[in-house]
Amino acid sequence: MLEIRNLHVKIADEDKVILNGLNLKVAKGEVAAIMGPNGSGKSTLSYVIAGKPDYEVTDGEVLLDGVNILEMAPDERAAAGLFLAFQYPMEIPGVATMTFLKAAMNAQRKQRGEAELTTPDFIKRVNKAADLLGIPKDMLRRPLNVGFSGGEKKRMEILQMTLLEPKMSIMDETDSGLDIDALKIVAEGVNARRDPEHAFLVITHYQRLLDYIKPDTVHVMSRGQIVKTGGAELALELEANGYRDYQSAA
Amino acid sequence: MSAKITPMRSAAESALIDRFPAVKASLPGLASAREDAFAAFVAAGLPTRRNEAWKYTDLRAAMREAAPLAARPNDAEITVALKGPSPLARQGVVTLSFVNGHYVATAGTLPAGVSITPLAQALTDGHPLLGRIGALKLANGDLAMSLNTAFMTDGAIIHVAEGVTVDGPIALRFVTSGATAVATAARVLMVAEAGSQVMLVESHEGQGALAHQPNTAVEIIAGDKAVVSHVRLGLNSAGAVALSTLTADLGSETSLTSVNVALTGAVTRHQAFVRFSGGDARAQINGATLLSGTQHADSTLVVEHAAEPGGESRELFRTIIDDEASGVFQGKIIVQPHAQKTDGRMASNAVLLSENAAMYNKPELEIFADDVACAHGATCGALDDELLFYLMSRGISKAEAEALMIESFVGAAIDFIDHEPIRDILHGLVQDWLQARAARLNAGAPTVS
Ligand SMILES: Nc1ncnc2c1ncn2[C@@H]1O[C@H](COP(=O)(O)OP(=O)(O)OP(=O)(O)O)[C@@H](O)[C@H]1O
Ligand SMILES: [Mg+2]
Repeated sequence: MLEIRNLHVKIADEDKVILNGLNLKVAKGEVAAIMGPNGSGKSTLSYVIAGKPDYEVTDGEVLLDGVNILEMAPDERAAAGLFLAFQYPMEIPGVATMTFLKAAMNAQRKQRGEAELTTPDFIKRVNKAADLLGIPKDMLRRPLNVGFSGGEKKRMEILQMTLLEPKMSIMDETDSGLDIDALKIVAEGVNARRDPEHAFLVITHYQRLLDYIKPDTVHVMSRGQIVKTGGAELALELEANGYRDYQSAA
Repeated sequence: MSAKITPMRSAAESALIDRFPAVKASLPGLASAREDAFAAFVAAGLPTRRNEAWKYTDLRAAMREAAPLAARPNDAEITVALKGPSPLARQGVVTLSFVNGHYVATAGTLPAGVSITPLAQALTDGHPLLGRIGALKLANGDLAMSLNTAFMTDGAIIHVAEGVTVDGPIALRFVTSGATAVATAARVLMVAEAGSQVMLVESHEGQGALAHQPNTAVEIIAGDKAVVSHVRLGLNSAGAVALSTLTADLGSETSLTSVNVALTGAVTRHQAFVRFSGGDARAQINGATLLSGTQHADSTLVVEHAAEPGGESRELFRTIIDDEASGVFQGKIIVQPHAQKTDGRMASNAVLLSENAAMYNKPELEIFADDVACAHGATCGALDDELLFYLMSRGISKAEAEALMIESFVGAAIDFIDHEPIRDILHGLVQDWLQARAARLNAGAPTVS
């Protein structure tokens, strides 16, 4: 599903190199986790995959189902089935959450050549997903994420993920800020869509999330590279020993 | 200072000066006010960049020639002028139409407790409120007001009786029309007596590309505890050099909300002079301006807190500037020595959509009291890249993401209007503007970002 080959990334207009020849594969149906120390480049990797303009790819490829997406605009990547749940979701003053959700859902449908959702159909889908995530209706009427608590913003990311039905979902520290109930709901959502058509890349610092979403693969990232890959047991090992074995590996 | 020198007159200045004696003879009433205003204009001439109050809008350069003062239109001309759809007029419970500065028609029913007299008639007959025209000293000496006073042809005097709540908007429709460019000078005075509640909406409309020169002034005098809301919509002809002024004199515990939405016209300037004459009044003065091509739009604001408690003023001006257009915000808050407890906050935010767009912000505070809270902030920049990326990462195209952000940006200024249908109409006009922009982007070379 997702294949990253020898990715080198630096900050645009600066010399600062963040990703340093990173290789990663996420197969169809796979749930992969990335763990790694603060500042190792996990969010940068997720931003580069999603197409954030502040970064410059100096070498390497990012393939989604075999297609190099690095030349695509962020909206085209989304239409191709990619979704990033942000570590720090943006507040968008003045844009009502419902307006935003409708624009997003219809934009993707348009890109895929599907008809726009009717208003009743749209509202039905949103209400159903919102109920499941425990998102109250009045939150949907407020401007997107403005004044939302940390956990509410994370729930809103998952609401979007649910509604947009991506095939490749990247979740950047979605668990930070979520209460235990929400964590379970999010995990259930992911587990429910664990099938050969969907894949997940879960960035996290905590083993706890991985108790609920049992990963097929765990990658350790350090200084802009994947330095170790293993199964779910690797997360337990990291929980016990920290990253000291990997800090100097890069 | 320096010796008085006779300035070189521009063609427009000479024409205005030559025109006055004949105009004065034909225009009714307020002869001495006209004389004084005309003398002020003769002394100062049309303002240039050297005039601090017009620093970023060189009216002398913009008004190369003075268009002739429009004559009263005949019936056929009126029919043509009023034919087009008027976005706001149909919202009025009562709507007054002015063609080329002349009162031509009233539609709807006059609400109880409201009286309206066309200004030309009031000037001829001697209306009891005539003495209150031009009474706000704060606007004295302003060039647009001086010219309006010297040449005012018609307009209206609106009186809202004490304690009356008017059920819907009183609408003023100012249309400039004709085969050649004309100058107009309409003047409206609204006195909202103590405890009354009223909404006044004005739309300034001009078809085609002609360089009309409308100069309209609306004066509001709000009695104690009155609640006044005001909306102005600038949809001038594409070539217009248009001036408009709002003055407001606020009594104790009054509330004023004024929102100006400026869309079309080559060179436009809307000014607001607001004086807190009574204690503890509240005013929200907003502007939403969207510019493209080579348009230039100026929003100039003077708010004077002159009573104790000084009251609360909030100013929010949002400007979107595309292509080679330029925007101006000049805002001044004056707090007089005795106006303690004044709370004034002024913000001007501009978004530049193109490298050649320009914004000039000039916020000023003149504070002579010590126990006040006043602040101003001015920002100017491109649309926030991070927000654009967030929206686009959800599949929303760049153009649509920008449109969402622009609409919400100017919407923040528009949404202070309580009247929902009018708010919706203004949002609709913003969407029209965005569609025109999308069409421009599609037609032009694809922009690379
Ligand atoms: N736009 C930027 N300008 C300058 N430095 C940046 C920028 N973006 C990221 N960095 C730097 O790149 C490094 C990697 O940051 P990144 O956010 O990817 O780390 P992370 O692994 O997600 O960390 P955390 O676990 O704390 O979320 C950090 O040192 C960060 O300061
Ligand atoms: Mg991070």
